[in-house]
Amino acid sequence: MASVVALKDPYLESRIYGARTVVVLGLVIVLMGVLLARYFSLQVRQYAEYRTESDRNRVQLQSLPPKRGLIFDRNGVLLAENRPSYVLSLVIERVPDLEQTLGLLRELMPVSDADLEKFKTRSRYRRPYDAVPLHFRLSEAERALLAVNRYRLPGVVVDAQLVRHYPNGELFSHALGYVGRINEEEQSRLDEVDYRGTNHVGKIGLEKYYESELHGEVGYQNVETNALGRVLRVLERTDPVPGIDLTLSLDSRVQQAAYAALDGRRGAVVAIDPNNGELLVLVSTPGFDTNLFVNGISSVDFSGLRESSDLPLFNRAVQGQYPPGSTIKPIIGLAGLEYGLIDAETTIPDPGWYILPGEERRFRDWTLRVRGTGHGKAVDLHQAIEESCDVYFYDLAHRMGIDRMHDFSAPFGLGRVSGLDTTHERRGILPSSAWKRRARGEVWYPGETLNAGIGQGHMLTTPLQLAVATSVIASRGLQYKPHLLQAINGVPVEVPAAGIVAAEDANWEIIHEAMHAVLHGKRGSARAVGRGSTYAMAGKSGTAQVIGIAQDAEYDAEELQERHRDHGLFVAFAPYEDPQIAVAVVVENGGGGSTVAAPIAREVIERYLSTAEVSGRG
Amino acid sequence: MGDYVRQMPSASADLARRQSIAERFHIDLPLLLLLIALTLYGLVVLYSASGQRIGAVVRQAQYFVIAYGVMLTAAQFSLQRYQRWTPYLYLCGLGLLTAVLFFGAGAKGAQRWLSIGGFRFQPSELMKLAVPLMLAWFLASRVLPPRFWHILVSLALLALPAALVVRQPDLGTALLIASSGLIVLFMAGISWRFIFGAAMVAVLSAWPAWVYLLRDYQRQRILTLLNPESDKLGTGWNIIQSKTAIGSGGWSGKGWLNGTQSQLDFLPESHTDFIIAVLAEEFGLRGVLLLLSLYLLIFVRGFWIGMHAQDSFSRLVAAGLALTFFIYVFVNMGMVSGLLPVVGVPLPLVSAGGTSIVTLMAGFGVLMAISTERRLVVQ
Repeated sequence: MASVVALKDPYLESRIYGARTVVVLGLVIVLMGVLLARYFSLQVRQYAEYRTESDRNRVQLQSLPPKRGLIFDRNGVLLAENRPSYVLSLVIERVPDLEQTLGLLRELMPVSDADLEKFKTRSRYRRPYDAVPLHFRLSEAERALLAVNRYRLPGVVVDAQLVRHYPNGELFSHALGYVGRINEEEQSRLDEVDYRGTNHVGKIGLEKYYESELHGEVGYQNVETNALGRVLRVLERTDPVPGIDLTLSLDSRVQQAAYAALDGRRGAVVAIDPNNGELLVLVSTPGFDTNLFVNGISSVDFSGLRESSDLPLFNRAVQGQYPPGSTIKPIIGLAGLEYGLIDAETTIPDPGWYILPGEERRFRDWTLRVRGTGHGKAVDLHQAIEESCDVYFYDLAHRMGIDRMHDFSAPFGLGRVSGLDTTHERRGILPSSAWKRRARGEVWYPGETLNAGIGQGHMLTTPLQLAVATSVIASRGLQYKPHLLQAINGVPVEVPAAGIVAAEDANWEIIHEAMHAVLHGKRGSARAVGRGSTYAMAGKSGTAQVIGIAQDAEYDAEELQERHRDHGLFVAFAPYEDPQIAVAVVVENGGGGSTVAAPIAREVIERYLSTAEVSGRG
Repeated sequence: MGDYVRQMPSASADLARRQSIAERFHIDLPLLLLLIALTLYGLVVLYSASGQRIGAVVRQAQYFVIAYGVMLTAAQFSLQRYQRWTPYLYLCGLGLLTAVLFFGAGAKGAQRWLSIGGFRFQPSELMKLAVPLMLAWFLASRVLPPRFWHILVSLALLALPAALVVRQPDLGTALLIASSGLIVLFMAGISWRFIFGAAMVAVLSAWPAWVYLLRDYQRQRILTLLNPESDKLGTGWNIIQSKTAIGSGGWSGKGWLNGTQSQLDFLPESHTDFIIAVLAEEFGLRGVLLLLSLYLLIFVRGFWIGMHAQDSFSRLVAAGLALTFFIYVFVNMGMVSGLLPVVGVPLPLVSAGGTSIVTLMAGFGVLMAISTERRLVVQ
């Protein structure tokens, strides 16, 4: 220790220290310069940039989804409304630990595995910072629980949304269609600006057809938020424009009557006002609760609906294609009159069958299996329609030929899409020789003309088409485009001018009288249904074979499996003197049209004509 | 008039007595005034940074009361005493650091705290004071400039606590402890050849250190610094938000309590390590310049005390403490503004946190002891 002290040189140490001091001071000045330059660069040179950045941080543009337009029936009854519903969503960017947060949420409320699955799918297709919904229809208690645990749940938000609700989901399921959550495909198709903030879109039916009217215009607001995304105040706001309220021509009382009359059977009822083409009833049974689809139907519910042999999701009214059967006869008869092939006095003998010249095959009349004879020795057009004589129309169809039959029937709206304001409408088949060559690549056989003459064979129609054709008959040739929409925001929509199906007045009269006799004549095929009504109706029954019946084979409807039974059809209009309603009814596998379908048509007509509006107009 | 004339000599006598009071209590008046100014400025910023919680300010003020007490106490001891106590202080610090590894309390995945009788403190903060003292003690009693062997021993003396702190793990504090020792070595006159040699070795060993020594989160911090935009919501969030806060303050700032970044919770750690961002946002570059001026003046005063000290131990201690203080400032302000990796260094005397304030003020107490000892010798 002593030797070390002896060697110390305070002067040298002090000099070294002084030199080092200079170095250190230099270094400090350099470092100070670096700091100053840095802060100068951030705060002065890049000031505008960071100012913008900090504004973007705190200010967020939020979209305000518009309120979807309401839907009313013709009497102002609400068919589709919007109800507030609380939705639990996550802004994933702001959730520090997604697994932990989801776990905590599942402790607090019943979030099912299916919810979680859907959440994961949705979170894959979203814009950054979008809230992804996890759990819908929060109860009051659940909302309170979330509020209490908010501090443990950063990035979790509860939004009140207006969600579509159908007060009569099942009754109007096929008339309205439904909305559902926007899926991936729709996401890419829909306008990104308009649908920012909107979660639902019309999926099917009227809801889809009038999507642009019902949706409205998106609004925006600039809000100041904190780092957790909580809105602190609204800086500016552009209100959304709500969607347009639609009034439909449907009458829910009549719709209800039709639904009740179908009584759970598979079938469809379409009713039209022949004076303007407004649809009064559009029912397809069985229906289903459309509310199930609004926020994504559970797979259990969905497979239940999809796999049901009753096909509840199938809109029979516009998609169901059935042979029209004898309901086609008034049109064929009118065609015969117009082409001059027959007149009111023309008669043919009906032994119960018809044989094409030069052929052996017997075309049977339906009476053959009932009473073993035909309709008599001299059957005229009136009787042929009243009693539904097949042989008369075999003969007429044979003489008319398929192409003339096609050309005359087409203006009634058969074989083409009517353009009703809904989706998924089918066109049916109105056969012709050209059609068969095109569709089947085969020539037309004369025997097929006979089948077409009684609405069998290749011919297929939808209940909607039958109703349209009936309204053309009822109005003596006015062919209005059928439509559901009656008024937009309370302002009636213009009805486009009707097409005209030209025919002699006398000929219309002959057909009308014959159809009147169907319900009110002594031998009318549906006279049981016409009995006791306070007003006169006109109609025609039809029975469509579901399976081909071998020639001469006897069959008993009872023995056949229910699904192989005939479809029962009935078309009608009323009141006879001044038609206000034209109806088409199809009951699948219902058996005879006059027994099963005609009473339903009468129920519908009666319900409609008894309403104040119509009696006032009448 | 007569009264006034008579007062003149007594006023100058008061002044003389006041100076003598400062001297008697070993107070360096310029340093004290600068520290008080900084303290008040810091408390004003802290009120805003803590989300306008007066409780946080009161708590910090309580720490300052303790810290000023410690400083004034520390100023009373003679340098000989410090020289005598230094090895024990150092050993005691080492012991506490070891204890932390075994009994320490954790926060955010790191064990830094030691609880003794309900009082929590960070032994690593103590080492920020003990290491420069220890090296000054060791080197001052040797011939300067230090020999090779002495340099190695010195390096071992600073490496040991630094290594213990790295284990906590707290890379930032470890680097600061190491640098406080290196400063003393440098001031003692370590040869330039050795410095450049060591720098070469450091550069060459950087790669193995990256691969084997650094923890994942430390590497991540460095990577994020190089490209903070790469991970906007993860590790880059802090830097992006603090730069935004600083930049958006501009020249004059958004006004006290009006910083949107800090008041709306976008800024993380706003009352601790990132408090300079709050200051920069609300007071602008003007406020930053004021703060830097205070820091610079404190540093200059400390360094000036060192330059005028009488013996090597005092000189080395003063230079070590003053420079360490400046390095804290530089590292903190550099890291918050995105110049340096985020290593977790508080802004001296402004960030919330008791241990750091008390140790820093104890250091200033030592500086005052040095300063007033010199004056006593002059007298």
